[in-house]
Amino acid sequence: MGAQLRVYRQKIKSAQTTKKITRAMELISASRIAKAQARVAAATPYSRAVTRAVSAVATYSNVKHPLTTEPEKITRAAIVVFTSDRGLAGAFSSSVLKESEALTNKLQAEGKEIDYYLVGRKAVSFFNFRRREAQQSWIGGTDLPVFDTAKAIADTVLAAFGEEGVQEIHLVFNRFVSMISQVPEVVRLLPLEVVEGVEAPTSDEVFPLYEFEPDVNKVLDALLPVYIESRIFNAMLQSAASEHAARQKAMKSATDNADKLIKNYTRLSNAARQSEITQQISEIVGGADALVTADKDA
Amino acid sequence: MASTLRVELVAADKAVWSGEAKLVIAKTVEGEIGLMPGHEPMLAILGSGEVRITLPEGEKLVANAEDGFLSVEHDVVTIVARHAELV
Repeated sequence: MGAQLRVYRQKIKSAQTTKKITRAMELISASRIAKAQARVAAATPYSRAVTRAVSAVATYSNVKHPLTTEPEKITRAAIVVFTSDRGLAGAFSSSVLKESEALTNKLQAEGKEIDYYLVGRKAVSFFNFRRREAQQSWIGGTDLPVFDTAKAIADTVLAAFGEEGVQEIHLVFNRFVSMISQVPEVVRLLPLEVVEGVEAPTSDEVFPLYEFEPDVNKVLDALLPVYIESRIFNAMLQSAASEHAARQKAMKSATDNADKLIKNYTRLSNAARQSEITQQISEIVGGADALVTADKDA
Repeated sequence: MASTLRVELVAADKAVWSGEAKLVIAKTVEGEIGLMPGHEPMLAILGSGEVRITLPEGEKLVANAEDGFLSVEHDVVTIVARHAELV
C-alpha cells in the first residue's frame, strides 16, 4: 500500500472516531433539552406569581424599603454571570462573557466598581486566566440546576447588598428563545424594577387598599428574598436549557463536518488507490514491452 | 361581585392546583384567615399548615403549603409556597 493511501486511511479513521463522540454528545443533549425546557415551564408559574406580588407591593404601597428604593449614589455593582461547566457548546459561554464585559465597561464608565459572582467552570477559568478577582463562584451542576444553589447565590448577593456593599445587582445569562436561538440577556435585579402584570396607578387615582399581614415591612422582608431566589433560579434553568440546545447545535454541526471530511478523504483515497493501480499496470506493461523488444533484437 | 374565587396554588418547581372556589381558608403567621369572593386586596405571609379550599359544588380540598405567601386581588387568590402539595 502506498504512503499516500495510508495517510488518507488514517485521517478517515480519526474523523470517524471524532464523529462517534460528537454524535453521542448531540444525542445526549437532544434528550436533555426537553427535560430542561419542562423544568423552565414548571417553574414559571411560581416566578410569575412572585413577580406579580412584588410588583403589587412596589406599586400599591409607598413604603420605603431598602430593596425597593433607588439609592442616590451607586458606587459598587455586582454582576452574576451564568455560564456552563463544560465547553463544546458553541458560543454559549463566550457570548455571556462578552455580554458581561460590555456591561462591565458600561458600569465602569458610570464610575462604579464591580464585584463578580460566577456560576459555572467556564466563567471561573475565564477570570483565572486574566488574573481577575471574583467575590465568589459556584461550579458544578449547571446542566441540572437545583433550587438550593439558587438559594445559596441569592443569600450571598443579598448579604452583599446594602450601603456598605453593592447597591446594584445584575444578572447575565442566556435566555432560551428556541431550540436554535439563545440570547444573552442582562437583567437588573436590584434595585427593583418590576412592573409586570400590574399597572402603576396614576397620581390622581385612589390607591386600592392593600392589606398586609403582619405589616408592610415584614411582608417585603419575606417577599424580596423569595423574589430574588426565584429570579436567580429562573436564570439558572434558562441557562441550562440554552446550554443543552447550544451543545446540541454545536455537536450536530461537528458531526456534519466529520461526515464531510470522511467523504472527501474517501474520494481522495480512492483516487490514490486508483492511480497506484494504474501505475502498477503501466509498469507491468512497460516491463513486458521491454522484454518483447529485447527478444526481437536478439 | 363575582361569585367565585380563582385560586392558584403554586410551588417553587410546579403549579400544584388551580381552579374556582367559594371559600379558601389558609394559615398566615397571624392566624387562620378565611377568604371569600369580594375580599379586599391583601398580601400575607403564610405560616406552615393546611390550606383548605371549598369548591363551588361544596367539595373540599386540602393542601399543605409551607414557607411562602398569599395574595388576594380582584377575586384572584394566589398561594405561593416553596413547598406545597395536595393531600
